Amino acid sequence: MTEAAYNFAYLDEQTKRMIRRAILKGLAVPGYQVPFASREMPMPYGWGTGGVQVTAATLVPEDRLKVIDQGADDTTNAVSIRKFFQRTAGVATTEATREATVIQTRHRIPETPLHEDQILVYQVPIPEPLRFLEPRETETRKMHALEEYGLMHVKLYEDIARHGTIATAYAYPVKVEGRYVMDPSPIPRFDNPKLESPAIQLFGAGREQRIYALPPHTKVVSLDFEDHPFDPSRADHPCALCGATDSYMDEVITDDAGGRMFLCSDTDYCSTRQKKGHRGTESAA
Amino acid sequence: MDTDALSGGFADAPVQAAHAFRAAMTAMAQPGRIRQVAGAAPPAPLSAAAGTLVLALCDADTPVHLTGVHDTPMLRDWITFHTGAPLCAAGACSFAIGVWDALRPLDRFACGTSDYPDRGATLIVETDRLEPAGATLQGPGIARQAALSLPETDVFRRNAARFPLGLDFFFTCGDRLAALPRSTKVTS
Repeated sequence: MTEAAYNFAYLDEQTKRMIRRAILKGLAVPGYQVPFASREMPMPYGWGTGGVQVTAATLVPEDRLKVIDQGADDTTNAVSIRKFFQRTAGVATTEATREATVIQTRHRIPETPLHEDQILVYQVPIPEPLRFLEPRETETRKMHALEEYGLMHVKLYEDIARHGTIATAYAYPVKVEGRYVMDPSPIPRFDNPKLESPAIQLFGAGREQRIYALPPHTKVVSLDFEDHPFDPSRADHPCALCGATDSYMDEVITDDAGGRMFLCSDTDYCSTRQKKGHRGTESAA
Repeated sequence: MDTDALSGGFADAPVQAAHAFRAAMTAMAQPGRIRQVAGAAPPAPLSAAAGTLVLALCDADTPVHLTGVHDTPMLRDWITFHTGAPLCAAGACSFAIGVWDALRPLDRFACGTSDYPDRGATLIVETDRLEPAGATLQGPGIARQAALSLPETDVFRRNAARFPLGLDFFFTCGDRLAALPRSTKVTS
C-alpha cells in the first residue's frame, strides 16, 4: 500500500473530530482527563499511541515536527514516529527544538525554552496520578470530582517518613490551577518547573483512553510540604560532552569497573552547545 | 431539500478541517485571541467562521441545537447533509448555535457533571462585533490579561464560578473567531 492510500495524518476524519473535541474540552478544563475512544494504531500500546493520535489530530501540512524519546531525537521510538508522520502527513521534520511547531515527546520536556507558537504533545502511559494508590476508576473519578487528594499527600509524606525526602523522581504529581491533580507523564521532576510554559501542552494516553491539556501560562504547582518544599533535583555533574550544568543528565555506564559518565538527555541541546564550542571532559580534542 | 444545502462544504476536508481545528484549538488555548478561519460557505445567516467550526467539529456523535434566526430549514438541511449531526433540543446538545439573545437563558444547556465536566455544551455565539477590547479576561492560556468584546460579563463570571462545570464559548464574526472556555475569569 502506498502512502497516498492513507488519509492525511493516517486517522480517518471522524476519529480526528472525536479527538479534536476531546482536546478542546481538555483545554477548557485544564488538568482534567477527558475520555476518548482511542483507536488501534499501527504500533503497540506503550509506544506512544496516545501521543500519536493527538499529534495526528493536531497536525496541519505546514507543520514542522520534532519527536523525542527521553530527550533524544535518534532513538527507535522517536525515529519511527517521525517517519510515520513524514509518510502519512507529509510534514517537514526537524531535530531543532526552536524550529519545530509540533513536538511529540516521550518522558522529557526540551531544555530550550518553548515559545507560544509551539505545541508539545506528551505520550502518557498511566494518566491517572491516583491509580497506584487507588486501582478503581470509579473511586479515582469520585476523588477528582470531590477534589479529594489527601491520599496523594499521604504518599508523599510516606516518602519523607521512609527516605527523609520525597523520593518520587519522575511522574511527580502537580496541581493545575489549584483544582485538578495531574500526572505530568513520566518526565523527571527536573522538568516540572517547565510545565508552566507559553506553549500549548497536550497529553495523550492511548491504552488508557484519556486526553488532557495545559493551555499556555497555566499555573502548575508541584505538590510538596511547607517544610519539604519541591526540589527539581539534578545529577550533580556537568555533561561530559558539552559541559552543561543546567540540563538534565543521563548516566551512562562505560565499563564493568564502575566507570560512568553523565550526558545531556536532550540531544539537540547538547549538540547545539557543542557546535557553539562548549566542551566537556570527554570531548574529542 | 434545497440543492443549495449541498454546496458550501469543505473542498479538501482533511486539510481544511485540520486548519480549522488548529485555529479553534489555539483560540481555546488562548482565550480572547482572535483567529481567522476559512473553508465553509454556509447559507445565511450562519457566518463562515461558525460554518467552518461546524464542519470541523460536528458529526453524528454531536447533537446540535439551533436557536432564533439560525433555526431555518436551509441551515438544518446544510448541517444535516454536511455533518450528519442530529438536531435536538437545547438540553441535549453538544453544540448550540445562535446570536446571544437567542441562546439565553444559558441554564438550558448541559454544563457537565462533577464526574464528567467535559460533557458541558459548547456554544457558538454569532456576533456583529469581535474585537480585542471590552471585558477583561484572566486565567489559563492568558499571560497577564486579555480583552474581548463580550455581550455581557455577569453570565460569564457565573459560568467560571462553577468551574470545573460550565459552558465553553466560541464567538464568531464573519471569518474570525475567538473562544472563551469556562476556566477564564471575566471582569468588566
